[in-house]
Amino acid sequence: MTRDGVIKCENITKVYAGGKTALSAVSFTIPAHGIFAIIGRNGAGKTTLARVLSTLLEPSSGQASIDGLDIMKDANRLRERIAVVPQEGRTVAWMTPVQTVSTYLMWRGIGYKESLRKAREAVEQVGMAGHADRLNRTLSGGMKRKVLVAMVLASDAEFIFLDEPSTGLDPISRQELWRLLIELGKDRFVLLTTHYLEEAERVADRIGILDDGKLVAIGSMEELRSRLRHGYSLKVPEGANLPVKEGETIALGNGQVQVLTTRDEALSLSKMLIEAKAQFSVNPVTLDDIFTYMVGAMDAEVAEAKEVEEE
Amino acid sequence: MSRFGSQILASILVNAIYEMRNYPAVLIITVLSPLSFLTLIFFISGGTLLAVGIVGGLIMSMFSAGTSLQADLSHLKNDFKLQDMVVGSPTKASVYVAGMAISELIYASPALIILAVLFGLFVHVTLAAVLGIVLVMLMMFLMSISLGFALATFSSDIVQSFAFTRLLSLVFTTLAPVYYPITYIPEPWRYLAYLSPTTYAAQIGHVLVGYYEVPSAQLMIDWAVLSSLTIIFLWIGMKKARWREK
Repeated sequence: MTRDGVIKCENITKVYAGGKTALSAVSFTIPAHGIFAIIGRNGAGKTTLARVLSTLLEPSSGQASIDGLDIMKDANRLRERIAVVPQEGRTVAWMTPVQTVSTYLMWRGIGYKESLRKAREAVEQVGMAGHADRLNRTLSGGMKRKVLVAMVLASDAEFIFLDEPSTGLDPISRQELWRLLIELGKDRFVLLTTHYLEEAERVADRIGILDDGKLVAIGSMEELRSRLRHGYSLKVPEGANLPVKEGETIALGNGQVQVLTTRDEALSLSKMLIEAKAQFSVNPVTLDDIFTYMVGAMDAEVAEAKEVEEE
Repeated sequence: MSRFGSQILASILVNAIYEMRNYPAVLIITVLSPLSFLTLIFFISGGTLLAVGIVGGLIMSMFSAGTSLQADLSHLKNDFKLQDMVVGSPTKASVYVAGMAISELIYASPALIILAVLFGLFVHVTLAAVLGIVLVMLMMFLMSISLGFALATFSSDIVQSFAFTRLLSLVFTTLAPVYYPITYIPEPWRYLAYLSPTTYAAQIGHVLVGYYEVPSAQLMIDWAVLSSLTIIFLWIGMKKARWREK
């Protein structure tokens, strides 16, 4: 099932009671299907945006709608169609995975027997058939996360909000979670917040980059790549003095310098570095590079604006 | 089963049935709390305050159901983020709270049953008096669950929340003249007791079981204050509770 509608944000701003601006005039329109990952540093506003869109938190100003339903005016109608797993959402310790999923389905209006049947199916679907009736408190962190995913999987929600679902998971559990997310994203809209860039790159159809409450960039991986003028990234230790002609050099601040450049120049510089027996890495531009570039660029803009203000 | 029925049952299963199965100690505490006070009052008074103590136990059980709701909702909200998951679902705040409130009644039911049996055996009053006490208990319950829900939606820390539950219980059911008659408090301290809504409930109860008499005007005032406070607390629960955060 593919949704026709869009997720639309218009100048969403959130200022908390203490005066902290968590979101600053965030605007975008994206199709209401597939996986949309929001990435950003800690405190960038990812969770706030997810909470605003999932009707958990009122914005200070601005408007947003999901498939034509306003998040403020139509919240009750929207809640019929969304499912939320919040950041630090945990399974209730004294319940089993089947009980956890079934009670969630009952809150969604499904009858007791039907909810138990669907819950068992969903728990099996996430590969936990052998643990379906064990108490949640005896499960590993990865298994508990899977139970939460089983909840939304079993629901009929069309729009799913998962706030940092993979935080704290080991690499194997994270990969299993990615498989489930991709499965979910096939016929529903999934909004996922994460600070694992690899996760966003692997599972998302569209990615939004937030920095300090502002939306720095949004688009598919290809669209984000095209925001960079060059397709290759070369990283060398500081002081390497490379004769860069076509690309641009960025100091990463961790003792390394990044050169974003063309394929040909990356190749010639690599040859030079091999001959000089220098340590370096070269690869096509990743989300990591895009993120560093965008957020770095944003920081430069802020610094420039401050300088202008001071003048 | 209707949709609301399923949603209410979900709250009851999470907060009572499944919890009772795994943590029976919680049930033992809720049974023992009102009975331990009653036992103490019985021996200290040489049995003369038995009827007062039984009514006090019934009022305490109903009020404690609300303060326990505050602690339970805070626990589920802050430690498991359950409230967020329910807010982002078709369940409305009133339905969620109704289910949770019933779950607290289920917890209180063993104590209530024991107290009701003791009431039947040792307190001999008219049917009208029994209905009056039931009405007082109902108002106590509505008042305390409204207060409990409103407080829980604002809480962000479970330790603070548990401390607040104990404080409410101490002030409104232990210190206030619920298990003992208000006449035991010397004036002018007696007037301080009227700051607690449970004082009005207990005074009505103590009069209904015939422990002492008050002028009918005083009784009318007690009913009026209790009814008004119930309405005010219900309003607070409905209007001031923070379901969707601001």
